[in-house]
Amino acid sequence: MNKPLSPALPNSLKPNSFKSGPDERGHFGTFGGRYVAETLMPLILEVEKAYEACKADPSFQAELDRYLADYVGRPSPLWFAERLTKALGGAQVWFKRDELNHTGAHKINNCMGQILLARRMGKTRIIAETGAGQHGVATATVCALFGLPCTIYMGATDVARQSPNVFRMKLLGAEVKPVTSGAATLKDAMNEALRDWVANVTDTYYLIGTVAGPHPYPAMVRDFQSVIGIEAKQQMLRATGRLPDIAVAAIGGGSNAMGLFYPFLDDTGVRLVGVEAAGHGLDSGQHAASLSKGRPGVLHGNRTYLLQDEFGQILEAHSISAGLDYPGVGPEHSWLHELGRVEYVAVTDGEALEAFQLCTRTEGIIPALEPAHALAHVAKIATTLPDDAIILMNLCGRGDKDIFTVAEALGVKL
Amino acid sequence: MTSNRLPAGGPNRIATRFAAVAAEGRGALITFVEAYDPDRATSEALLAGMPAAGADLIEIGVPFTDPMADGPTIQRAAQRGLKAGATLPATLDMVRGFRSLDAATPIVLMGYYNPVLSYGPERFAADAADAGVDGLIIVDLPPEEADELTVHTGPAGLELIRLVAPTTDDKRLPVVLAGSGGFVYYVSITGITGTRSASEAQLADAIPRIRRATTLPVAVGFGVRTPEQAAAAVRLADAAVVASALIDTLSGDLDEAGRAKPGTVEKVLDQVRALAAGVRGARRNNQAAE
Ligand SMILES: Cc1ncc(COP(=O)(O)O)c(C=O)c1O
Repeated sequence: MNKPLSPALPNSLKPNSFKSGPDERGHFGTFGGRYVAETLMPLILEVEKAYEACKADPSFQAELDRYLADYVGRPSPLWFAERLTKALGGAQVWFKRDELNHTGAHKINNCMGQILLARRMGKTRIIAETGAGQHGVATATVCALFGLPCTIYMGATDVARQSPNVFRMKLLGAEVKPVTSGAATLKDAMNEALRDWVANVTDTYYLIGTVAGPHPYPAMVRDFQSVIGIEAKQQMLRATGRLPDIAVAAIGGGSNAMGLFYPFLDDTGVRLVGVEAAGHGLDSGQHAASLSKGRPGVLHGNRTYLLQDEFGQILEAHSISAGLDYPGVGPEHSWLHELGRVEYVAVTDGEALEAFQLCTRTEGIIPALEPAHALAHVAKIATTLPDDAIILMNLCGRGDKDIFTVAEALGVKL
Repeated sequence: MTSNRLPAGGPNRIATRFAAVAAEGRGALITFVEAYDPDRATSEALLAGMPAAGADLIEIGVPFTDPMADGPTIQRAAQRGLKAGATLPATLDMVRGFRSLDAATPIVLMGYYNPVLSYGPERFAADAADAGVDGLIIVDLPPEEADELTVHTGPAGLELIRLVAPTTDDKRLPVVLAGSGGFVYYVSITGITGTRSASEAQLADAIPRIRRATTLPVAVGFGVRTPEQAAAAVRLADAAVVASALIDTLSGDLDEAGRAKPGTVEKVLDQVRALAAGVRGARRNNQAAE
């Protein structure tokens, strides 16, 4: 049976339920909120109102369920990674296979939900930010499906290192705008999308790709991604008759992790572990580990842990995985971190590369570099656990997009 | 260190200046300078020269890495400022220097919340007031999140100036205006700084709507570039704010290495003089709120 592995929490901090956030102003404890320019405030209040109406409308959920089943391909399977388990020699490793979704990652779960919301709001133009291009591809995909024009903001640096996804977005009919301001990566793409939204307030819907941004986005994106954890819980009970001992997921902005964790938050016997990108190492100054190495601040509409200098200027993140390369993290993670309900650890570029290859050779699954970070941590802890322990890992994306990066890192010329 | 803080409970420099300008039967010109753009000395020379050139109030932009409400002009100004070493404490130091030359011209800091949060809201309010700052515009701090700052700025005598946008409807307007001080900053376009301009008809629609909801002076900003546009703004409102147009002049005059030339500061101040002439020549249609 499950032994309670998570550390005891001080009673004063303990909420009645770890699923109680956010409050009506969008706060998770001291995190979250709505830190946006006045021009945008009425818009995000409108999104919140519309989302609340959808949540209360059974026909919305029915519509979403149909698209998730027949278009996205849900439920995604739960897979016992037997050869990997043997190779590691310890706890059983199970994959929640969200890499099998249409477009190859978990991102489309959220895009499907938000595009249906945008349609109900009568919006006729979609904008989004993207880092690795996975959210951009998923957004361009649902826009093609519904015939809506979309503009994707992508840092010029990322446009160069993720060219296959740029081409995919263009094939899908999206306009891809390279962002050269700031450091020309994901955070700047998000700034630029917010600037677009400020200038196009009547017709445009901003489809944010992770559990960040102003309220209601962190809660809404979490809700749309929670399908991952809801399915995994049922599948695990069916397959093994019990809950996992540990659930592990990679953290960029934190949406695949919130999606997996949320349904388990009140199952305190299940240890939850979020894996940040340690890049060249936590002490190298070149990483994306905002919870491990950052401190609370305000960026992109919410209050959360950020990589910043002593004067509150935002620092550039680094990770071999473009999808983890963000100096912030969703506010709910900051809250869960301070409550101690979720543990946050970090894995280097090199460790992720090794896990990438291990997964490929033992399971015949090429993972994205993002979940390869989660797997690297799984590999570290599996060997320390008995063979009846169960680790559930979110295999949230496939690695086709990453083969060029991996080849380069391995010194292979394609 | 001497404090440039005014006695508590007395009139703030902003209120005093707006009253003086109204007594002259005209509107006010508010000019903008980004701290440390492109270096400390140049931005200090601009700041020092602006009052004599006709600026009635001055906004100092506090550089931030992620200025999400700003267009390319102010984004680049912020990047130049950061590269030259601008920080929030260094900006306060600039204000302190200015106050040794000018005790009357109101100074408003304009920026984003994270540097303030990082400094600590309580310490910031005290240090800003002591440096001689009169008001704050924190672009990404809506009234819903402002309590943790206003508990400190109020007692320190700093006014939190609120932005009102075209998207702020009549239901929301009182929420935004509650607890706002100094003046109301009307963001006259839906858009970022330095991109487009509001038409006179749009202003004629918007300004009376705000006036009905507040007794504070109303300033128009975002997209005011020329003396004519500034004149049009003060025909309806109490002040015109000009930022990107001044920065464009500054940045257009930098040499290849990004340094100011000997005549750069005068060039920007000439533009301030032209804007001031526009504002002062404008006949008022509407009497400003007292
Ligand atoms: C496969 C995959 N996993 C994870 C992420 C990181 O995002 P999040 O932490 O929101 O899941 C991305 C982002 O691009 C991704 O493509």
